[in-house]
Amino acid sequence: MAGPTTITPSTPIYAARRRKNFITMAVAYAATGFGLLWLALILIVLFWEGFSGLSLKVFTEMTPPPGSAGGLLNAIAGSLVMTFLAVIIGTPLGVLAGTYLAEYGRYDKLSTVVRFINDILLSAPSIVVGLFVYEIMVAQMGHFSGWAGAVALAVIVVPVVVRTTEDMLTLVPDTLREAAASIGLPRSKMIQKVAYRAARAGMITGVLLAVARISGETAPLLFTALNNQFWSTNLNAPVSSLPVVIFQFALSPYKDWQELAWTGALIITLAVLGLSIIARYLGGQSKKS
Amino acid sequence: MTSSGRKPVVDVAYPAGGAMTETASSDRAKVLNKLRFSDVSFKFLTRAAAIAVLIILSGIIISLIHGSWPALRQFGFEFLVDESWNPVTEKFGAIAPIYGTIVTSIIAMLIAVPVGLFIAMFLTELCPMFLRRPIGIAIELLAGIPSIIYGIWGLFVFAPFLQQHVQPFLITVFGPIPILNEMFAGPPYGIGVLTAGLILAIMVLPFITSISRDVFEAVPPVLKEAAYGLGCTTWEVARNVVLPFTRVGVIGGVMLGLGRALGETMAVTFVIGNAHRISGSILAPGTTISATIANEFTEAVGDIYTSSLIALGLILFIITFIVLAAARLMLMRLNARLGK
Repeated sequence: MAGPTTITPSTPIYAARRRKNFITMAVAYAATGFGLLWLALILIVLFWEGFSGLSLKVFTEMTPPPGSAGGLLNAIAGSLVMTFLAVIIGTPLGVLAGTYLAEYGRYDKLSTVVRFINDILLSAPSIVVGLFVYEIMVAQMGHFSGWAGAVALAVIVVPVVVRTTEDMLTLVPDTLREAAASIGLPRSKMIQKVAYRAARAGMITGVLLAVARISGETAPLLFTALNNQFWSTNLNAPVSSLPVVIFQFALSPYKDWQELAWTGALIITLAVLGLSIIARYLGGQSKKS
Repeated sequence: MTSSGRKPVVDVAYPAGGAMTETASSDRAKVLNKLRFSDVSFKFLTRAAAIAVLIILSGIIISLIHGSWPALRQFGFEFLVDESWNPVTEKFGAIAPIYGTIVTSIIAMLIAVPVGLFIAMFLTELCPMFLRRPIGIAIELLAGIPSIIYGIWGLFVFAPFLQQHVQPFLITVFGPIPILNEMFAGPPYGIGVLTAGLILAIMVLPFITSISRDVFEAVPPVLKEAAYGLGCTTWEVARNVVLPFTRVGVIGGVMLGLGRALGETMAVTFVIGNAHRISGSILAPGTTISATIANEFTEAVGDIYTSSLIALGLILFIITFIVLAAARLMLMRLNARLGK
């Protein structure tokens, strides 16, 4: 009755399968360790180098000429101003477009195309955005300017906000919309008073993610806002920004400049990580409720 | 909200009883008109914003074509295959940057794809529950770190390390082997194509990992449990159930990462060396499209020089557009299959 094919753990094919499984699982563990190792190394070096140069002077003094000490005040201020303007320009556009995709045209052809194009813009090379803004603004006006930098960043903000707005509005249950419609609220009021409120946390998350994304962007600023060694409040002139200063200082042969570049890199990383953590926290809350 | 005080703003139902006074009904008409106007204009606004997204994309394409026109007209098709890049004689060709872009991206993908897939498998199948969230979050946060950080680290830490420890080793090991000794020839510069490719690999790793993890998690548990129930090992489940089910999504995610790698500027610019030549050795300095633009654009004098750089940007945009479009189509196909 009992055939010769009884399988026990010592059967060769069974052992081979277990061996293969063991090896690949070991590889998976190793891969995770390998990946996390590099990323940890980067952060450790960044924190080490960055903190050793961090002092109050960084936030109170201007970027120095070669070979002398100084701070990053004008670069930080420039970055903050351009980021702020980019959000002011990009957010309304992104929210409105996201609203169309989720509310008015959820299933129509235009939305399918816009969604597709938006996803491509989301990961399009940012240096190309810089070239685009150079062509439409810098070349036309004849000079580099803070406005051009802000517009370049805004172009990067828009797709991020469109995407998160649409996603968050799609999560709003239709029963809420129907309830609003049933008491006679016009559609635009329903969206503004009901859907936006229900999706608020998620939409703020989207804006924060967009800020995190642009606060480290260097490529689109290189030839739009250019750089400025001095304090400048004139947005029609070149404006300094943290990423561009890091780029310039890191590639320079001067020790002081390189140190400031590390410190600037640390400031950007902390800002980006902080924003992402807040965004994640808000996003987590909106999912719970 | 309106001037009509405490009266109901919209009174859809006909008043059941009692005649309305003249003023009340004209008030009502006014309010309704106002609402209709704001309703229509809001819809119009959102639609205009949606169309603006399309305008941005076409604006990018048109402005790039417009900007690169002088160079394309002067060099024609030659531009795509010419290796020279000489600002003095104003002779420009794009093949060296294109070559550098593709080679660095291939190196990055060769490393990041297998490692990323294995990490994703680890996170979905092996990792203890209490570690899943922290590791997942760490990887997503790292995906958000600006590329300039990877660049500065590559320049000051990674390139010297490669120069002193890894590249001499590679040169001696592969020295006697034909073909490979061509690939790993030359003095160890530290900066070069290989370094740029490795930095790119570290940079796209979080992207590929987090997308493939999301895709792996979308596999219906029933399928996996059925396979486990048949006695499959974890590897067999991953290889024969998870991967076939998610193949389209994984390829989509990989191509999304490839799109990143192709267009990445700052991480590469620091460590590529900016040398306009095609070298058989991946240890030699080279350049990529984005690094060339970042390094030279503000210093470019003359229309043809600037225009050639914009033409490079156009080529980059076309390449990444195709890759990203393919990636999105594949991810859409996976979602359609999952019924989302």
